[in-house]
Amino acid sequence: MEKRNNKDQKRATGKISRRTLLGGVIAAAVLPVQSLLADEVHAEMPVLPEITDDPTKIVGPGPSPLGKRSSFENPVRKPSDISSRTPLQDMHSTLTPADLHFERHHAGIPTIDPAKHELLIHGLVENPMKFSVADIKRFPSVTRTCFIECAGNFRTGKAEMTPQDILGLTSQSEWTGVMLSTLFKEVGISDQAKWFLAEGSDAAIMTRTIPIAKAWDDAMIVYAQNGEAIRPEQGYPIRLLLPGFEGNMNIKWLRRIELSEEPYMTREETSKYTYPVKDKIRMFSFELDARSIITYPSYPQKVNKGWIEIHGIAWSGRGKVEKVEVSTDAGKTWKQAGLQEPVLSKAHTYFRYLWDWKGEATEILSRVTDETGYLQPTLAQLVEARGVNLGGYHMNPITAWQIKNDGTVLFKPETIK
Amino acid sequence: MNKKTVLLLACPLVLLLMSLKTAFIPMQVQLPLADSLKRPAKFGFGRKATALEIAAWDIDVRPDGKGLPAGQGDVKKGKILYGQKCAICHGVDGTEKPGIKLPGNALVGDTSATSKPKTIGNYWPYATTLFDYVRRAMPYNLPGSLNNDEVYSITAYLLNANKIIKADVVLNAKNLYKVVMPAKKLFIMDDRKGGPEIK
Ligand code: HEC
Repeated sequence: MEKRNNKDQKRATGKISRRTLLGGVIAAAVLPVQSLLADEVHAEMPVLPEITDDPTKIVGPGPSPLGKRSSFENPVRKPSDISSRTPLQDMHSTLTPADLHFERHHAGIPTIDPAKHELLIHGLVENPMKFSVADIKRFPSVTRTCFIECAGNFRTGKAEMTPQDILGLTSQSEWTGVMLSTLFKEVGISDQAKWFLAEGSDAAIMTRTIPIAKAWDDAMIVYAQNGEAIRPEQGYPIRLLLPGFEGNMNIKWLRRIELSEEPYMTREETSKYTYPVKDKIRMFSFELDARSIITYPSYPQKVNKGWIEIHGIAWSGRGKVEKVEVSTDAGKTWKQAGLQEPVLSKAHTYFRYLWDWKGEATEILSRVTDETGYLQPTLAQLVEARGVNLGGYHMNPITAWQIKNDGTVLFKPETIK
Repeated sequence: MNKKTVLLLACPLVLLLMSLKTAFIPMQVQLPLADSLKRPAKFGFGRKATALEIAAWDIDVRPDGKGLPAGQGDVKKGKILYGQKCAICHGVDGTEKPGIKLPGNALVGDTSATSKPKTIGNYWPYATTLFDYVRRAMPYNLPGSLNNDEVYSITAYLLNANKIIKADVVLNAKNLYKVVMPAKKLFIMDDRKGGPEIK
């Protein structure tokens, strides 16, 4: 308390404060800062930026080893016991900051020493081999931007839901690693191999079976996310990346790949990630179908009359977004939205649509068409195609937002049955 | 001009074009062409895995029984083990009781496809999955703590509790994969390939 008063006083009198010294490189060069301030520095860590009405009158803190978000910004994931969701409504483009990437794990996040971690590739191969993380980094690398989405990314039920609540289990990163095909060529794959098992090194020893065509197409083993080592909750030190495939198959903390002539039918591809379609249960749905959502305006934002830039994200696990249409009259008419270039395959694509809102109560919606010609369905269409016992997997219905006269924005929850 | 010179000369031009027209260049063009020309058949990174190393990790079990280890187990032993190691999270008898939220899933129900909740009896298509999953991931608080005989016994108990095998069956690598699960007939592979159809 005393210290703070003392400091305020100094500032008021124009004397050089401790913070000014710490902030100014030049000051540091001319004054013996360390000896002068050593005791005080320890007493008052960490140094928070000052909030002032006139930032031009105070020299701010200087460079630091690790950057932080502005103290005015606080985007956070929304965790449950088993997952945490990306705050899509706080994002202004398609790249998800690594610390906001959604999480879903089945037995917590393992702590793995990269120096000890190895990847085993065996089964129907010429040479069963082990690769250290350092070995993997020596192979030719590739960088690719794509989304990862959990196949169970669908919530509804009440009007007070944000994009994060509804479908926050999708995020996008720029991933770097080696093509899985490069490693497969290194071990030599037998012609009999039609599938491969991927296994994680977490306490769930998570396993999924993947068709081998994906390995020759675009599967990767990645070690970097947005330019730095991938986050522990994203699979540090290495994870499988299967662009467009359900999140669960992108095995994190990858330690083993086994080539096989048939699928393993693991728990995650039988008891889980399967869903009723009429009187059958559909399994092995790998690609995530095209989907979009308006992230602005959305709950709990409020809008004013006049021009509003509606924006959001659209994506497809089967390729590129071809077009996004927006309706501002509850789905009666649709207009084409602008797409932010470059439009990447199997990637969140940002769309924008300018709307002059006159103040009437209405609903706004978006729907995407992907390059295969698939148009994002309504919930009613999904129910018609699959029956009323939909379950929660592979749901990609159009999301509608209600705009009230007073500018309040609410989610429009739809009932299935 | 040889090939190399052409490449070198072409480079700045390509870069210039790219910077002018970044938005119009398809992003698939990402690997430098020159790289693939020099790519060896093998890089020689990594090392041969030993049989011992493979055996230590190769714990998966396939529907055709490949991967089932030696050992055996019965319903009686399984019931005791279940009570000691599983009941606390999955319920005393594995069933869901109204109003009580179990820390783990309900594991026992009947074998009718429409009954709720989803359990081994009405939803699991392969018995091998049960052995594989329990061995790798359960009990949740002590994963990997069961020996193979114990996993066979618990598997036998859970299959019996779901009315899929008789109480006197002794399970082993020879017969577990032959157990036909009631839900098997319900499962179909996704055959969608994209395109306009909503399915
Ligand atoms: C500490 C609590 C706990 C204990 C003890 C426990 N489990 Fe579990 N079990 C769980 C949880 C939590 C899950 C769900 C994990 C997930 O979804 O990834 C689960 C999932 C399962 C499943 C998959 C269910 C399904 O429908 O997919 C089976 C089978 C299972 N446990 C069997 C067992 C057996 C057998 C034991 C005893 C050897 C056991 N569990 C002990 C908590 C527990």
